[in-house]
Amino acid sequence: MAFTINVDIVSAEKTIYSGSAETVTVSGEIGDMGIQVGHAPLLTFLRPGQVRLKIGDDHPDEIFYVSGGILEVQPSLVTVLADVAERAKDLDEAEAQKAVAQARNVLAEKSAQMEYAKGLAELAQAMAQLKAIRALREKK
Amino acid sequence: MSRSKEIRNKVGSIKKTQKITSAMELVAASKMRKAQERMTTTKPYSEKILNVIGHLANAHPEYKHPYLNERPIKRVGFVVVSTDRGLCGGLNTNLLKKALIEINQWQQKGVEVDLCLIGNKANHFFSANGGNVIASATHLGDAPSVTDVVGVVKVMLDNFDNGRLDALFIAENEFINTMSQKPRVLQLLPLVHAEDETAGFHWDYIYEPDAKDVVTMLLKRYIESQVYQAVVENIACEQAARMVAMKSATDNAGELIDTLNLAYNKARQAAITQEIAEIISGSEAV
Repeated sequence: MAFTINVDIVSAEKTIYSGSAETVTVSGEIGDMGIQVGHAPLLTFLRPGQVRLKIGDDHPDEIFYVSGGILEVQPSLVTVLADVAERAKDLDEAEAQKAVAQARNVLAEKSAQMEYAKGLAELAQAMAQLKAIRALREKK
Repeated sequence: MSRSKEIRNKVGSIKKTQKITSAMELVAASKMRKAQERMTTTKPYSEKILNVIGHLANAHPEYKHPYLNERPIKRVGFVVVSTDRGLCGGLNTNLLKKALIEINQWQQKGVEVDLCLIGNKANHFFSANGGNVIASATHLGDAPSVTDVVGVVKVMLDNFDNGRLDALFIAENEFINTMSQKPRVLQLLPLVHAEDETAGFHWDYIYEPDAKDVVTMLLKRYIESQVYQAVVENIACEQAARMVAMKSATDNAGELIDTLNLAYNKARQAAITQEIAEIISGSEAV
């Protein structure tokens, strides 16, 4: 049996692949690279693209698509920390703006709710007064 | 006879409520199982990142990323992870109480607190009780995606980057088992990193393109995955708490129905006895 290297492909939501392979081919930040057992420790960004695992001669290659992420290589271990979705910079920005907008809503709601609470308190007071008056009348 | 009719109506309505609560219990049970699975599948990602970060911190004692640096605290951020919907027992109340205690402690030290709220219940609570909310996300559903939390995390990290926040905490529910969930507050930033077990001998990664960029991205992804995990765990907690709450509601409804049935039978018996007594006394009079 040929020398194999352990491969883990994980995303924040689930483990995509866990097993061993002879060669791992990925598209890194600077270019495509093939990794075999005994590779020097390496840490790099991944571009959106394929991760191809050559598992053996009598085995078809496993191919995964990752939309970016980080690759960690140690002599006997390859870890692909895959992003869940393509992370364009403006997407992050848009999501952040959405979160801030929603926070503003919460604060706006606050003033409305405060008035509501005040109104409720006044109503309760008025009700109590009415009750007292009625009780007094019944006594008479 | 009117009393027994009243009781019968009441029993009917309680039975309907019982049907609803028992249906909710079953739904929550099946959702909980799925949420629990999701909880375990999200763990490897952050564990791997933590390993790498732990190694980086030891391999580069001279370079310290701002996320790893302690600095004097003037303002802290709190990420509060709550549920969107109610009917899940004391889950949210316990969490918000715990968060409020921590927040008060900071405020007593003269430290200001910014809030990032996830889930409707936290929004309602803090909009009634005050608090400086700078980011919020709601309606994430039963199977949230990482992209759902990216926005709020980015707001908090940006604030940390530009020096407005000096520390970041997360208040979340810990799923212990189906019967018990515990609120806890963890520190996200500055990162308290674990010691690397390979620290004994020195080796380092080759970085492409640049150590600093790679580390920054790693740390951001780590914080995102931590918040995402808290959200997923919270869903498991929510479903478990709802399951238990609905089970006890169903049981209580059953008890109530039993007592009401007893009262109904007594009322019926009394009515019959009275009728017989009336007939007999009537016939005696004749």
